[in-house]
Amino acid sequence: MANQEVDQSKRRFLIAATAVAGGAATMAVATPFVMSMLPSERAKAAGAPVEVDISKIEPGSMITAEWRGKPVWLINRTDEMLALTEKIDEKLLNDPKLEVPQQPDYAKNPTRSIKPNLMVMLGVCTHLGCSPTSKLKPGGEEGMSSDWPGGFYCPCHGSKFDLEGRVFAGSPAPINLEVPPHTYLSDTRLLIGADKEA
Amino acid sequence: MMKKLFLLLSLLLPLAAQANEEMHLDKAPINTSDQASLQRGAKYFVNYCLNCHSAQAMRYNRLTEIGLTEDEIKANLMFPAEKIGETMQVGMKPADAKAWFGVAPPDLSVEERVRGADWLYTYLRGFYRDETRPSGWNNTVFANVAMPHVLWDLQGEQQLKVTKAKDADGKEVETHELVLVKPGTMTPVEYNAMVADLVNYLAFMAEPAKATRQNLGIIALLVLGILFLLAYALKKEFWKDVH
Amino acid sequence: MIKYLTCALKWVDDRFPLTATWKAHLSEYYAPKNFNFWYYFGSLALLVLVMQIVTGIFLTMHYKPDADLAFYSVETTIMRDVWGGWFIRYLHSTGASMFFIVVYLHMFRGLLYGSHRNPRELIWLFGVGIFLCLMGEAFFGYLLPWGQMSYWGAQVIVNLFGAIPFIGPDVAEWLRGDYLVSDATLNRFFAFHVIALPLVLLGLVAAHVLALHEVGSNNPDGVEIKKYKDPNTGIPLDGIPFHPYYTVKDIVGVVVFLMVFAAVVFFAPEMGGYFLEANNFVPANPMQTPAHIAPVWYFTPYYSILRAVPPMFNSQFPGVVAMGASVLIFAALPWLDRSPVKSIRYRGAQYKGWLTAFVISILVLGYLGTVPSNVWGQFDKDIFILGGADRATVLARVMMVVYFLFFILMPWYTKIDKTKPVPERVTG
Repeated sequence: MANQEVDQSKRRFLIAATAVAGGAATMAVATPFVMSMLPSERAKAAGAPVEVDISKIEPGSMITAEWRGKPVWLINRTDEMLALTEKIDEKLLNDPKLEVPQQPDYAKNPTRSIKPNLMVMLGVCTHLGCSPTSKLKPGGEEGMSSDWPGGFYCPCHGSKFDLEGRVFAGSPAPINLEVPPHTYLSDTRLLIGADKEA
Repeated sequence: MMKKLFLLLSLLLPLAAQANEEMHLDKAPINTSDQASLQRGAKYFVNYCLNCHSAQAMRYNRLTEIGLTEDEIKANLMFPAEKIGETMQVGMKPADAKAWFGVAPPDLSVEERVRGADWLYTYLRGFYRDETRPSGWNNTVFANVAMPHVLWDLQGEQQLKVTKAKDADGKEVETHELVLVKPGTMTPVEYNAMVADLVNYLAFMAEPAKATRQNLGIIALLVLGILFLLAYALKKEFWKDVH
Repeated sequence: MIKYLTCALKWVDDRFPLTATWKAHLSEYYAPKNFNFWYYFGSLALLVLVMQIVTGIFLTMHYKPDADLAFYSVETTIMRDVWGGWFIRYLHSTGASMFFIVVYLHMFRGLLYGSHRNPRELIWLFGVGIFLCLMGEAFFGYLLPWGQMSYWGAQVIVNLFGAIPFIGPDVAEWLRGDYLVSDATLNRFFAFHVIALPLVLLGLVAAHVLALHEVGSNNPDGVEIKKYKDPNTGIPLDGIPFHPYYTVKDIVGVVVFLMVFAAVVFFAPEMGGYFLEANNFVPANPMQTPAHIAPVWYFTPYYSILRAVPPMFNSQFPGVVAMGASVLIFAALPWLDRSPVKSIRYRGAQYKGWLTAFVISILVLGYLGTVPSNVWGQFDKDIFILGGADRATVLARVMMVVYFLFFILMPWYTKIDKTKPVPERVTG
């Protein structure tokens, strides 16, 4: 073997070049494998936006729709309910100013909704994912304390939310309930899962 | 080296041998990169085939790949109740279909990969009147087919003319020829073009990723070519030690 | 930086033989310096094995082993809905055929240079085990797409076991777990394909490589390089470290192989119906057999042998035995070969002639297995004995006899063969 004549820098260059080219090719081949684990077209079709008829919700009551396998609450809030919510002392809430982006920009307003009366939010507790129970009536009627302004109570760990889905301070849940993207197709039909088309 | 090459070739020989085709098939004049043809084909497929045949592997939104927008697909090719991400289902229950036709109409998602475009092109133009069949129709490439001629008002009615003649060796040879006896609403040229569009669409639907696949293939071979040059230089450099 | 890495390596080496393993199997494993073209296929087989395992894992994430869902979990979910799913599937389906091409060439290399001979008999036996496992993998895996060819292929092969006298029908039922190939069969074939056989296969591959590195590689001259060592270092004079010399060489082989592989995957994934059969795009239908069924190309030589043996005593069993024997007989090869030399380079006309005849018989049997047995029509009625018989069947029988004679007569013709003197050290 004629080791003394070896051009080490040429070898190093060739090793590096082959390694880089081979590495890049391997990364390219790895891409479909990684991407194959994303939601498939089937999952996307199943998770497509859902249309809901909102004309039949009695004032002061709510219905639950399903979007991507999660409960979506649609609450027809009366003016009294809105007034009660507005009166809640901001000090009792974790995030009264809606600083955590748990809602689309078009719902970052005093009523946390597009139309003041209709509240749309995901019924999934931001603590560990249970679905809170509705306690819409103010006061102690539904087993809450007498100063209860109406809202939701999570049976798992006792988190409390108001009718806008804002979490009360002292709850295990850290942030407000999520408002999903939604848009009005007409006065009576709401599309959940899609923002208004630009 | 020649010997090795020869050995390799002989190993691949069985691959080159194709099974003999029993019947004559017309070459389907299709081109899956012709989007206008594919769009017409999709329309024909939805209007004529999808009543009985499903395409349950095909999602409607995949038609965006042949140049349609989602709104166009919804407006022209779908029932209002269907969603854009859904697959092409059929209203008919398989059990009903079996009762009516004696056999459930097969799903057509990958039919082109089963039969080949030429077969489909010949088949859809090969229906002729045969009163002995329950449907009143028979077919030159699919004898005693259960499917009636769905496109007959477009193509018209054909009859099979059998002529017997003696060939050079004196053996009797039968020739079969289709003759149009009652014209349809389309001329034969128009009808052939329509069937070509439909078969083109079936070919697209059988493997929508085909165009992507072939484009990626060129890139892959180029990259491997570069890699080969580098690897070969690397090997040469190291093997200087040995030789 | 280097200092910390050295330190970390030492920490590992004190607890696990990392550097020692690297040295023993790569940087200080001395391989003969005269490996040629045929020596690429071992490392390529390892590459395909890894590719099949990785693509298989990702396919398992989307595939459903359920008779109602299987077909469309492949055709809809994997081929269309999953990002890049078609690519992963074609890699796997092409990989299956490529695996057999590579393994057949690897086995042929063994026959050329006597790699099955003393002291490498055990390597050969592990290899035969790997080959059997691979056939099992291919057979079980082929049912999973649940197309017509999948279904009827499994039906026919399982029924071969039904031909075993007395216990056959019960065995076939036990294999299927039902009275016909069904959901239960699909489920157990899935279990065999994705976990049981891969575990055995990996174990056998490890044993194959460990045994090889114990005795050292053979080479195109069939001489033992360990005979002449440098007295100071103990390194074989004709040996070079596997790493870097054969690693850089194998990279070239891998890239060329991948070019062929990519050409198939991207431009001809069906390979004219030989890698993916047209009828397998039809969902399995237990009520209707396709007009022409043939196994996938890599099984056709054995299938031809099965068909070539006529039923005896009203039983298909002799054909099944012949087919089984045609595969298992490879295991006896190290003891059938009595030649004083290993490599074809120094063998005489006898072995060269028989090996050629053997290869031709495999190719002809392989071709005949893809076509119906009446493909060439029948002999004229008035020909002695052959009258009325299918021409293709008669040829298949002749070729089958050649196939077996290659093995059965080997102790005789390798002994009388006029061999050439073998050099002491490797040439070229």
